[in-house]
Amino acid sequence: MRRTTDRTIPNGPSGEEKSGAGEPVRISSGRPGVPPPLIMEESREGRRAVDLPEPDVPEAELPGRMLRESNPDLPEVSELDVVRHYTRLSQTNTAIDTTFYPLGSCTMKYNPKVNEMAAAEPGFAQSHPLEPEEATQGSLELLYRLQGALCEIAGFDAVSLQPAAGAQGELAGVLMIRAYHEQRGDAGRTRMLIPDSAHGTNPASVAMAGFEAIQVPTDRAGNVDAKALREACDERTAGLMITNPNTLGLFEQQIQEVTRIVHEAGGLVYGDGANLNAILGIVRPGDFGVDVMHFNLHKTFSTPHGGGGPGAGPIGVAKHLTPFMPGPLVVAEGDPLPWENEGVSGADGDRLLDGNSTAAASSEAASRRVYRTAMPPRSIGRVKAFFGNFGMLVRAYTYIRRLGPVGLRSLAENAVLNANYLKALIGDVYPVKYNRPCMHEFVAVGNVVEGIQTMDVAKRLIDYGFHPPTVYFPLIVKEAMMIEPTESEGRETIEAFAETLRRIAREAREEPELLHGAPHVTPVSRLDEVSAARHPVLCYGG
Amino acid sequence: MLERLGLERVDELFADVPESLRYPELQLPAGKSEFEVLEELRSVARRNSAASDVRSFVGAGAYRHFIPAVVPFLSSRGEFATSYTPYQAEASQGTLQSIFEYQSMLSALLEVDVVNASHYDGSTAVAEAVLMSVNVARGRRRDVIVSDAVHPYHREVVRSYSDRIDIRVRGDERERTAGELASLADEETACVVVQYPDFYGRVPDLSGVAEAVHEQGALFVVHVDPVALGLFRSPGSLGADIVTGEGQPLGIPVSFGGPYLGIFGCSKSLVRRMPGRLAGQAYDKEGRRGYVLTLNTREQHIRREKATSNICTNQGLMALRAAIFLAALGPHGLREMATLCYHKTAYAVRRIAELRGFAVHEEADTARFREFVARTPIPAAELVERAQAYNVIPGVALSRFDPQRTHELLVCVTELDSRADIDRLVDVLSRCHEGNAA
Repeated sequence: MRRTTDRTIPNGPSGEEKSGAGEPVRISSGRPGVPPPLIMEESREGRRAVDLPEPDVPEAELPGRMLRESNPDLPEVSELDVVRHYTRLSQTNTAIDTTFYPLGSCTMKYNPKVNEMAAAEPGFAQSHPLEPEEATQGSLELLYRLQGALCEIAGFDAVSLQPAAGAQGELAGVLMIRAYHEQRGDAGRTRMLIPDSAHGTNPASVAMAGFEAIQVPTDRAGNVDAKALREACDERTAGLMITNPNTLGLFEQQIQEVTRIVHEAGGLVYGDGANLNAILGIVRPGDFGVDVMHFNLHKTFSTPHGGGGPGAGPIGVAKHLTPFMPGPLVVAEGDPLPWENEGVSGADGDRLLDGNSTAAASSEAASRRVYRTAMPPRSIGRVKAFFGNFGMLVRAYTYIRRLGPVGLRSLAENAVLNANYLKALIGDVYPVKYNRPCMHEFVAVGNVVEGIQTMDVAKRLIDYGFHPPTVYFPLIVKEAMMIEPTESEGRETIEAFAETLRRIAREAREEPELLHGAPHVTPVSRLDEVSAARHPVLCYGG
Repeated sequence: MLERLGLERVDELFADVPESLRYPELQLPAGKSEFEVLEELRSVARRNSAASDVRSFVGAGAYRHFIPAVVPFLSSRGEFATSYTPYQAEASQGTLQSIFEYQSMLSALLEVDVVNASHYDGSTAVAEAVLMSVNVARGRRRDVIVSDAVHPYHREVVRSYSDRIDIRVRGDERERTAGELASLADEETACVVVQYPDFYGRVPDLSGVAEAVHEQGALFVVHVDPVALGLFRSPGSLGADIVTGEGQPLGIPVSFGGPYLGIFGCSKSLVRRMPGRLAGQAYDKEGRRGYVLTLNTREQHIRREKATSNICTNQGLMALRAAIFLAALGPHGLREMATLCYHKTAYAVRRIAELRGFAVHEEADTARFREFVARTPIPAAELVERAQAYNVIPGVALSRFDPQRTHELLVCVTELDSRADIDRLVDVLSRCHEGNAA
């Protein structure tokens, strides 16, 4: 017999205080697609999912006055309750595994399952970060290999894998720029230039590092305005934070000029690597003048986004910034340290070929190497306990190892081709401001008819089984709809999505109420975010 | 597709890329098939002792605990794992409701009003708590007092976040009780930070500390271990204003240090200064209950340089693991797990204290949880090295964090260590020492 659960909800919105207002009505929620009640509401006294053994040692006296007076108010549920609850919750989500998810700037590409298997290898998953280095040579080797691969891919001299996410990479990078200027006695450089198209994390990171964010406009072609940049640069300029391709999905046409202007003014160039997917194997940020850049491994290198995280945001740096990197880094015995004057750059061919396809010989060579950790001499310090989001690093390395240089370039080409194709299929209906080939994504305008907003189009897409694009970003395009199809999608999906967008544009003219009321097929329709923020209920019973 | 674009070759799409820099020859090994890559990675993983039957008593901020089968099984579902930040609430109720449940369960465990959707790990949660405290004081208080018994790496991260923006971190130059720390606070102090249980496994008595801190107008920040709270008093009941914690013990493997879970909670009055995402309850027009990301005006995508933090991507999937873990254990299970850790630690303490040459410093009525410092007759680092011959890693030599502390070993015991495992540890310690005598 199937146990159905009920959920109690108030009978419609009635005034300011919604929770508990009105007469409760019962809605059966046993069918798929309808979320289960809160797990706290499913609690029944005495139920439990797992058991633990009795102590096999003599029981010690418990320190009475230090103890909790009552057990924490956690749900009491059976194992089946837990399984059914979270399975059903998951079924109310859209995800890459279920749905085309063209969320611009987030690179929602397919996440290969072999990555998960590699990260779950007991040798990795059970490896403790504070065991002696001799006992963790495998983990250190993995980190070393990934450092080298990322250096090579983006053209840097060293990589720190510590930052847990892109925004933390930004903070670390800006702190390094600050430390660099201070070290040179150039402490008056406190202004960071940021294009008006930048991600919100850029100015937020700058503020956390104690710098002032100065906005630089975008020119008519969708590039950083070089003239304005030149005027903004002076002896107070710490540097420029630039995203290339930028958030309009365009490659900065004067990128070398832009980095030269900043360098000539004594500043450094920070690269936001969120959009690296478009240029893998096409061009390396280190080669066009970026001094420090974060990678988003969860975007470019296919680690799952996890409903918000974890990500990983390693930073690559040019030689002159290596002494300031957050540490520790992994080094191989016998290699010169990245910050030492003599010797190889981080992109040394030999070490990258460790574990190469000429199998036995070189993997034997790799296993003979000894790895250890090292802290750069003028490090900004740790930005995270231990070694970064290791599990994500294993996944990203697995991905790079699968593709190799040919595969990486080919994926970038396909990402860019897919975006341009989609743009061509919808550009006449949803205008795209800048008329030149885009990179991995493009920004269209969604308010196709008066009375319809981009949000309406986005919500209607949900009814057709698509996750909406990023909307209302970048801020410099009104009613923006930022679409990133990624290389993972086949032509049929791109065409079906384009056809749906065109159909929605027709609906906008003919039956606008369909858009205003969307989504119609989800467990809830549009939620009242204003009331939610005005009277926040942030926990059960809260 | 190219035809539709009026192009002949795909490289024509890259005309904006400087020609001289285009198509670098990447010095990377050629790609391999799935099974070859997996085999290669397995062979790398096998270089770790974790791949063999080495028994490890290493904790120090990362703990091996029982993980119920439902945790990896459910959290790895693609619908959860391959979604992202729930910007479109109606299409992401699964993620949002699970975050709301996580917030609710953690709030019950910590006994604080609000817990957010997660930070990167315990260390960055503490660092953000420090920044938040300074912000709550509108930047006018820039002095921060931190206990020396806060994890040394966490203190390093606090300094990385503080040093260059004129926040002064002090108090950890020497050992101090929580009461002594509170008495250092003055009108410049933004917050006092303690760890509970502390880095050395002691459960400090925090009664009266919050009052002393508040008297100076400062905030009391308590960094916790969530498993210990199955048994010990909650930080909320001890008057904490901000609670941070490392959530890794809640169903997350040690995985060489990450990904982990930064727990972050605070009292209701501070919520608008809180960094990080929050899920909140909301209703649609038909009165159906759902969940949304809320209080977004604190955040970088709205407020840019005026945001409470730059955090964007967090550790959502780890928060989901913690929620499933807590639901699976329930109130009794968590207490039992904590109690097992407590008894086994006490047993290990007693057995090691009995060993010739070893000592476990007894402070009057100090409770210990899961970890303790053993004084060793030979340098602890040497002991660790010798023990490898017996396939045992007996703990972390404290010299790894402080070169002065040569003869101290931090030993961790959890519910996963049987009496026989602990007896073997004791035996190996004794042999390693006697080996020295001989």
